[in-house]
Amino acid sequence: MRNRIAHWLQGRGFRDVIIGLPYVWLLLFFFIPFCLVLAISFGSRTPTAPPFGYGGDHPWISFVGYSRLLHDELYIRAFLVSLSNAATATVLCLLLGYPMSLALTRVSASWRNILLMLVILPFWTSFLLRVYAWMGLMGKNSWFNGLLTDAYNLLTPAGWHLSSIPMMHSNFAVVLVMVYTYLPFMILPLYANLERLDPVLDEAAMDLGSRPFRVFLDVTLPQSLPGIIAGAMLVFIPAAGELVIPTLVGDASSPMIGRVIADEFSSASDWPMAASVAIALLLLMVGPMMLYTHYQTKAEAGEEP
Amino acid sequence: MRRRPVFLITVMCFGFAFFYIPILSMMVYSFNGSRLATVWGGFSTKWYVSLLSNKQVGAALLLSLKIAVTSATAATILGTMAGITLARFRRFKGRTLFSGLVTAPLIMPEVITGISSLMLFILMAKFLGWPSARGFTTVTLAHITFSMVFVTTIIQSRMLQADRAIEEAAMDLGSKPWAVLFDVTLPVIFPAILSGWLLAFTISLDDVVITSFTTGPGNTTLPLLIWSKVKLGVTPDINALATLTVLVVGCGVALAGYLLNRSEKRRDADARLAYRDND
Repeated sequence: MRNRIAHWLQGRGFRDVIIGLPYVWLLLFFFIPFCLVLAISFGSRTPTAPPFGYGGDHPWISFVGYSRLLHDELYIRAFLVSLSNAATATVLCLLLGYPMSLALTRVSASWRNILLMLVILPFWTSFLLRVYAWMGLMGKNSWFNGLLTDAYNLLTPAGWHLSSIPMMHSNFAVVLVMVYTYLPFMILPLYANLERLDPVLDEAAMDLGSRPFRVFLDVTLPQSLPGIIAGAMLVFIPAAGELVIPTLVGDASSPMIGRVIADEFSSASDWPMAASVAIALLLLMVGPMMLYTHYQTKAEAGEEP
Repeated sequence: MRRRPVFLITVMCFGFAFFYIPILSMMVYSFNGSRLATVWGGFSTKWYVSLLSNKQVGAALLLSLKIAVTSATAATILGTMAGITLARFRRFKGRTLFSGLVTAPLIMPEVITGISSLMLFILMAKFLGWPSARGFTTVTLAHITFSMVFVTTIIQSRMLQADRAIEEAAMDLGSKPWAVLFDVTLPVIFPAILSGWLLAFTISLDDVVITSFTTGPGNTTLPLLIWSKVKLGVTPDINALATLTVLVVGCGVALAGYLLNRSEKRRDADARLAYRDND
């Protein structure tokens, strides 16, 4: 018996083990949980533990969760707030990240390594602490808020003056912190893409008499489209489902979708509803996810879109 | 002759100021003597003293490190296997599903990964009687699952760059597959394995959302402890904790960057020497 196992392991077994172990693991701890969420989203809420069940008449499943999604204003608004916050943060990340990535390709190699490390460094420090850093800056008594308030009071007539700018607990705060925490996700794929572009094309356009900004519009920008899309999706997808940022700095009266899922699940202990919202969020994200996987490989290869 | 890109450099300076001013401000305020976290009240190191004498913080850090080391190690083993699978085994039954399973956790919103894992653990506890309590084991299982796919992407792209000829040569000379794996493939991709482990380690050490769903009472990791404090507002001892974190991570990243850079240079030099000898 032992001999046969040893023989199998030296032959076909190698392949089976290398493929099989991660496969079984992901099926067990990722695929099955996902199927559970899908199944629970068609259940109905019961006072049992765990709090869901199937029953009643044919077809034994319930669409209550999904129909509430379409009719209850709370969920519609949560989806709209999430998508608009995530989209705003993505656009701002692009506006700030694109020039930064382009600048990184233009500095000398030794500077580039240091600056790239400075981009990556915040990524290795705690996400939570980076959000927290902004809580300190945006608070009423902070030096940063004071500075902005002074600037605001200087520019506006006396009747509009404020003692401090109410930044915390607003969508503004959520977007600002999202831009702050997700900017490296935009810069890194964009930089990887821009770095692989052939500078000869730029120079050719320059030699033919194009002004630098035209060269950017006609040559650089179209070639970097895969990087833009990959970076944008890398910001948009996690931002739309974000839970930590809106909980800490967001407006609790108009929660984002991640918060709604967590609340339905924990405080309301309405598993079917939480599962329906989760499935709806995933369905909304399928498009962006496919865009990402399609363009990410192209961005890395520096191919034409 | 190229024009200096003044606009780009200006935006970049602004960007780096944006990155680092909040962190620097937090570090400065960690030495604030005032109890009010945002009003300056003179220099003091009392928050460091209160932080270092806090037993809760020590216990939470220890638990976080235990989870991170265990899950990163398991995630690296599984992730490396998955990466080798995707790069080397072109055809096998269920490859499409497999590559989907490897990509999906990367882009799945954390809340959903969190509640789906918790639903699994609760249902398993009810119908299989295991896990009877949530804590170290359940958190570690969840962390392995979502960090292994990051290792897989690193290993996969490294394997696609690696020269297959060396493996084939070893195979032709009669090595068994396992010997080729341990004597040829793994040493070649070792730097990628190391960076995969480090990434998995940091992801686990940093995670709030998935941990908060899969842990049970009495098992508080450091991020969860910070989370529960920070939800109530800005507190000065968290500033001190953040400063220490940034310093430790900064030194670690700088050291790792230096070492990687050096080994890369040495490898390039070796490669050049080898080519010259061949000529």
